[in-house]
Amino acid sequence: MLLKVTNLKTSFHTRNGVVRAVDGVSFVLGAGETLGIVGESGSGKSVTCYSIMGLIPQPPGRIEGGQAMFGDMDLLRCGPEELRRIRGARISMIFQDPMTSLNPYLRIEDQLIEPLLIHEKIERSSAIKRAIAALEEVGVPDAAQRIRSYPHEFSGGMRQRVMIAMALITKPQLLIADEPTTALDVTVQAQILELIKKLQRERGMAVIWVTHDLGVVAGFCDRVLVMYAGRIVESAPTQQIFKHPLHPYNRALQKSIPALQAKGAELYTIPGAPPDLARKPEGCAFAPRCEFAADKCRAGEMPLKEAEQGHATACWRVLDGEIKL
Amino acid sequence: MPDTFLELRHVKTHFPVERGIIFRRRIGTVKAVDGVSLHLQQGEVLGLVGESGCGKSTLGRTILQLVPPTEGTVILAGRTLNELHGTELRQARADFQMIFQDPYASLNPRMTVYDTLAEAIGSHRQVPAVEMPARVAALMQKVGLPPRAIKKYPHEFSGGQRQRIAIARALAVEPKLIIADEPVSALDVSIQAQIINLLAKLSREMQLTLIFISHDLSVVKHIADRIAVMYLGKIVELGPAADVFEKPLHPYTKALVSAVPIPDPERERQRQRILLLGDPPSPMNPPGGCPFHPRCSHAVVECKTSVPSLDEFRPGQQAACIRLKEIS
Ligand SMILES: Nc1ncnc2c1ncn2[C@@H]1O[C@H](COP(=O)(O)OP(=O)(O)OP(=O)(O)O)[C@@H](O)[C@H]1O
Ligand SMILES: Nc1ncnc2c1ncn2[C@@H]1O[C@H](COP(=O)(O)OP(=O)(O)OP(=O)(O)O)[C@@H](O)[C@H]1O
Ligand SMILES: [Mg+2]
Ligand SMILES: [Mg+2]
Repeated sequence: MLLKVTNLKTSFHTRNGVVRAVDGVSFVLGAGETLGIVGESGSGKSVTCYSIMGLIPQPPGRIEGGQAMFGDMDLLRCGPEELRRIRGARISMIFQDPMTSLNPYLRIEDQLIEPLLIHEKIERSSAIKRAIAALEEVGVPDAAQRIRSYPHEFSGGMRQRVMIAMALITKPQLLIADEPTTALDVTVQAQILELIKKLQRERGMAVIWVTHDLGVVAGFCDRVLVMYAGRIVESAPTQQIFKHPLHPYNRALQKSIPALQAKGAELYTIPGAPPDLARKPEGCAFAPRCEFAADKCRAGEMPLKEAEQGHATACWRVLDGEIKL
Repeated sequence: MPDTFLELRHVKTHFPVERGIIFRRRIGTVKAVDGVSLHLQQGEVLGLVGESGCGKSTLGRTILQLVPPTEGTVILAGRTLNELHGTELRQARADFQMIFQDPYASLNPRMTVYDTLAEAIGSHRQVPAVEMPARVAALMQKVGLPPRAIKKYPHEFSGGQRQRIAIARALAVEPKLIIADEPVSALDVSIQAQIINLLAKLSREMQLTLIFISHDLSVVKHIADRIAVMYLGKIVELGPAADVFEKPLHPYTKALVSAVPIPDPERERQRQRILLLGDPPSPMNPPGGCPFHPRCSHAVVECKTSVPSLDEFRPGQQAACIRLKEIS
């Protein structure tokens, strides 16, 4: 076991109340494994990753409880010095928005070699060689020349590739990738997925992959967590998530994939609006939008329970055998 | 062409690449857009796809005169935009708007939805203060934002709702042309579908001309009437959306279509991809002849020297490849 997250709770204390962004999330990740996290915008995917990385701004954020064991260390409780040593060396993260983690005033070169100078204490000239090789690996043409550029001189997709190179350059054991390929075209994306798979085979690197692209999940992830309103509502091997959904939200999500819908007609979308996380309804948070909701869905806790070997759902009606999806 | 609304004639946008701190010297040129010609009719939706760095955003920004073209002309509703200056250009700007990929970065975090939209409406025309709330409300309704959202700040919204605010702001000046640069890439699939439905409805109802930039062909095919495929600053294929997606002509389009991930684990893991040979090209030293030839499995000697022109191969569908007849 490389990472074991138990009952993680993170909230934001705002003038509109307490936003319970992550509300009891548990999962495990083995070495070399690829875990996909999918779910609605605002369901807590990024906050889950930031919490593990110790990157929640406090205040307004607060880790209300839980554990994130990385080896024998609880990431939620280690000190800033310890965290800095782990971050960027043993755990790397690729962020949703490339511009938030690239410094606009520094050349790409200086940003790429920084983790090497800090964590590996190697010489500048050999760090630059490694940096150029890392850029070439993620498909930046003319790497030796363009490494001297500033971020604004790169296209959106190229900045994203720079971030990926930066995350991989220290050979981490765990890569947390938050929508890492949203700005990439499909051919480059395929190339980067291949590169990451290769690193996983060679080094046993584990990957947490947050994405809206269910096509990438289908081809790349071993297991998938589906999140809704700060909770995991379904967890299963990839095949099962697609072939045999056990939560109505997951089913509705699959139905709304534009790629699988016919051209011409209006696209299917999930009715209603996502819940206000500061005022979550009692019971299942998806109930107000769920075509299968019954009275019992609107009260009590909805814990994630195994319905089949390795396949868990938080839908009572499915667990009790009342509905088939 | 009878009622051409937007016309591009041989548009080129090049950026100098410079080195040196005190004596900056030019060491090369990035040919981000390199000779694009295009006609669009009013109300038409054009999907613009292509590899990262191929020049999609730059083309969009050039059309809107956010960067000046190095060569060529952009004609919108009979006016040559790149010859306008100062006030004229500012006035013409009201006719076109851009929507960006990251709605959070493009909205002012300190302004409520009301302030954002009221400012945009006010920048376009004089509206008496008493009428403003009704105008804002109408705009919000058009994009499907609930009235209670009016006093909220951007960070209190989900990505999809923020994108709706950005779209509402773009619509506030009653533009005739909108360029949407990857407007749904960062959104979950249900919201992607909502935004596509919304933009499709607006283009239908308001005769809005729309250029929809994306790298995801499977999304573009839903909204676009025609799709243009770019490679290294040039359009390599142009045609009706369904034809380009289902019967692609150019070898690059074929590779692009074959790489679109399918949300189905069995099909996704078994299917054949057309893998592109070699590395993505450098826009600083683009290959001679056909820009795609170093990565093309159909390339012959002639492809290294002769520059293919965009020719019609099927009705309405054009591609720039000298071997089209042999390979299709
Ligand atoms: N600094 C903050 N202050 C207040 N609320 C916040 C803050 N950061 C995040 N949130 C809230 O936490 C919730 C979860 O956000 P998160 O960014 O994790 O969503 P996500 O699942 O990553 O969504 P997306 O797919 O759009 O990236 C959202 O409702 C968001 O508004
Ligand atoms: N201001 C600039 N200075 C120098 N080069 C630039 C500038 N803006 C863009 N470029 C270069 O022009 C080329 C085209 O960039 P552009 O942003 O148009 O690509 P794109 O097709 O939108 O890519 P993406 O899908 O990654 O957003 C890239 O090689 C980029 O590095
Ligand atoms: Mg996120
Ligand atoms: Mg772009």
